[in-house]
Amino acid sequence: MSVLEIRNLHAAVEDREILKGVNLTLRTGEIHALMGPNGSGKSTLAYVIAGHPHYEVTEGDILLDGESILDLEPDERCKKGIFLAFQYPVAVPGVSVANFLRTAVSNVRGYTSQPVDAEGRSGVIGSNLMPMREFRKELNEKMKEFNVDPSFARRYLNDGFSGGEKKRTEVLQMAMLQPKFAILDESDSGLDIDALRVVADGINKLATPDRGFLLITHYQRILNYVKPHYVSIFYDGRIVMTGGPEVAQMLEEKGYSWVEREFGEAVAA
Amino acid sequence: MATHADREALKGVKEDYEYGFHDEIEPVFKTERGLNHDVIDKISDQKNEPQWMREFRHQALDIFFSKPLPTWGADLSGINFDEIVYYVRPTEKQGRSWDEVPESIKRTFDRLGIPEAERKFLAGVGAQYDSEVIYHSLREEWERQGVIFLDMDSGLREHEDIVREYFATVIPAADNKFAALNSAVWSGGSFVYVPKGVHVDIPLQAYFRINAENMGQFERTLIIVEEGASVHYVEGCTAPIYSSNSLHSAVVEIIVKKNARCRYTTIQNWSTDVYNLVTKRAVAYEGATMEWIDGNLGSKVTMKYPAVYMMGPKAHGEILSIAFAGRGQHQDAGGKVIHAAPYTSSKIVSKSISKDGGRASYRGLLRVAKGAHHSKSNVVCDALLLDEHSRSDTYPYIEIEEEQVSVGHEASVSKIGEEQLFYLMSRGIGEDEAAAMIVGGFIEPLVKELPMEYAVEMNRLIQLQMEGTIG
Repeated sequence: MSVLEIRNLHAAVEDREILKGVNLTLRTGEIHALMGPNGSGKSTLAYVIAGHPHYEVTEGDILLDGESILDLEPDERCKKGIFLAFQYPVAVPGVSVANFLRTAVSNVRGYTSQPVDAEGRSGVIGSNLMPMREFRKELNEKMKEFNVDPSFARRYLNDGFSGGEKKRTEVLQMAMLQPKFAILDESDSGLDIDALRVVADGINKLATPDRGFLLITHYQRILNYVKPHYVSIFYDGRIVMTGGPEVAQMLEEKGYSWVEREFGEAVAA
Repeated sequence: MATHADREALKGVKEDYEYGFHDEIEPVFKTERGLNHDVIDKISDQKNEPQWMREFRHQALDIFFSKPLPTWGADLSGINFDEIVYYVRPTEKQGRSWDEVPESIKRTFDRLGIPEAERKFLAGVGAQYDSEVIYHSLREEWERQGVIFLDMDSGLREHEDIVREYFATVIPAADNKFAALNSAVWSGGSFVYVPKGVHVDIPLQAYFRINAENMGQFERTLIIVEEGASVHYVEGCTAPIYSSNSLHSAVVEIIVKKNARCRYTTIQNWSTDVYNLVTKRAVAYEGATMEWIDGNLGSKVTMKYPAVYMMGPKAHGEILSIAFAGRGQHQDAGGKVIHAAPYTSSKIVSKSISKDGGRASYRGLLRVAKGAHHSKSNVVCDALLLDEHSRSDTYPYIEIEEEQVSVGHEASVSKIGEEQLFYLMSRGIGEDEAAAMIVGGFIEPLVKELPMEYAVEMNRLIQLQMEGTIG
């Protein structure tokens, strides 16, 4: 079992503090939903875990199986098994989904760090990739399993993709990279009901005992399809309440204005 | 894993081989440094040329002397014309020893995975090349079709009538200072003639013919595509060409007759001390199509603007160019399209990448002459800057003398995006490799036009250039 532990995490952008002491422990096999109003800092938490250079951690730590990952570059965090599904995946024109995924998978699975010659050099970047046939076979299987049209392999990454296509491609990437911990940043936002179902199916397929999920969402809707073990309410840069699925139910009934009334004062004080 | 002793032994073998090779060099001829009419006579004597060519060279030299250095483009003040050796017989070029080739170049060959025989040629030390065999069988096929593909010196010897009819008709010696220089001292280059209606299926590659005298500093290429014929000519290669001479000034003239097609692909990767000043121009007659695909990666300074003159109705011209300017490099490149007949169309797509203080300029001319009504042209230039110190400029010249034309021009400059980098890195891809992917994607629309082996090498080269540059 692996553990991702966030301890008293504070983070700032240009001296403005956004995360104000986040504490959260995520174990493999768990699905932990993080719900909160817009602007509460949920996405910042996702970015900070993945290592976005824009945010500065001012206090606290993030530990993966007891070791801090704060000094690691985003690619190194990914290799350790952390995956962020983006709310707004970025387009990379001219780079095909297949080429991108082969490079990513080859890095994460250690192909690229093998020496290319007897002198132990690791060679030109872009060399030492996963063998093409093996990769294609796996990609085709995963595309089928996760409802991504095979034509996507040749399309440029997220370039001209609809919202739903982007989110599905994020799930496909997760399926290929097989992380220990996946942080899903509003993977349900902007989706119609069919697209939501496809994305939720994908998450459920990947929710195996060796994988933990942090499911960041604004709406309760996706929790009709993906059943969380824990639900936390995020407000003004910290977690203000944690419980079981009943917390989401309560939030659905009372709304975020209740959160504000209940915790607004405490936070201000 | 090879032991230390093994490596030492291998090194010994290699050195012995190099020295052995060195011993075989024949007596050679080269002109003294600097340029004067005596030098011209010596070149002409050596080549045993017809009198008209000798006179052409002399006239061109006078024109060269009379023209000032251009001041509107890159800085050319570093060229010392008196220090240059203008003619070296090719056997001497092959006489350099492998040990004299800079380490950086050797390392690049290594990492590009270029076969041993090719490396030596590219570094100017090779005497033999394996694909000579392949080339011979191809040549038989071309000969059967009446296609002529020779080095320019042989072309002049064996097909003087054709050469004399077309030589310097597209680019006269007086066109510009460097065209005049090339006209005076040219040597090597390719001569291609494709007879009426013949389609050459396999790209003609100068690559295959590297034993011949086509890789000079002042090569001259002439391509004639007769009515309804088609050809794709590929010049250069993506591995760095190491040269001990600091000035490369070529002239390429192309004539594309009625309903014919020609595509000319160049990947220039000179070592970074070379001034690369090239004049390339094609005339396209009625219904003809001319395409230039031009990649500029190496050299210290490049000034190159492939041109298409559309002389007949419905002619089409296309120029796709990529420039990569790294530390200390200035790529001043672009294209010219001249619409001289009605219903002609053209497209220019230019992509440039600047990094480590490099400078890439797009310089283009779009001209629609009186009478060229219903012409269409679209120009797109995109620049990608990889850091704060690098520079990109756009100099579009547009001259329209006709109404009823459709002209589009778009230019964009972008920086490599932090969000794109983070996205790729969050998928386990290191920073340099992520940047290389973004750059590769940026030029992909042009790379996919290249023949397969060039596209692969081009991508690898971009990746090499990108190593250790971001951050």
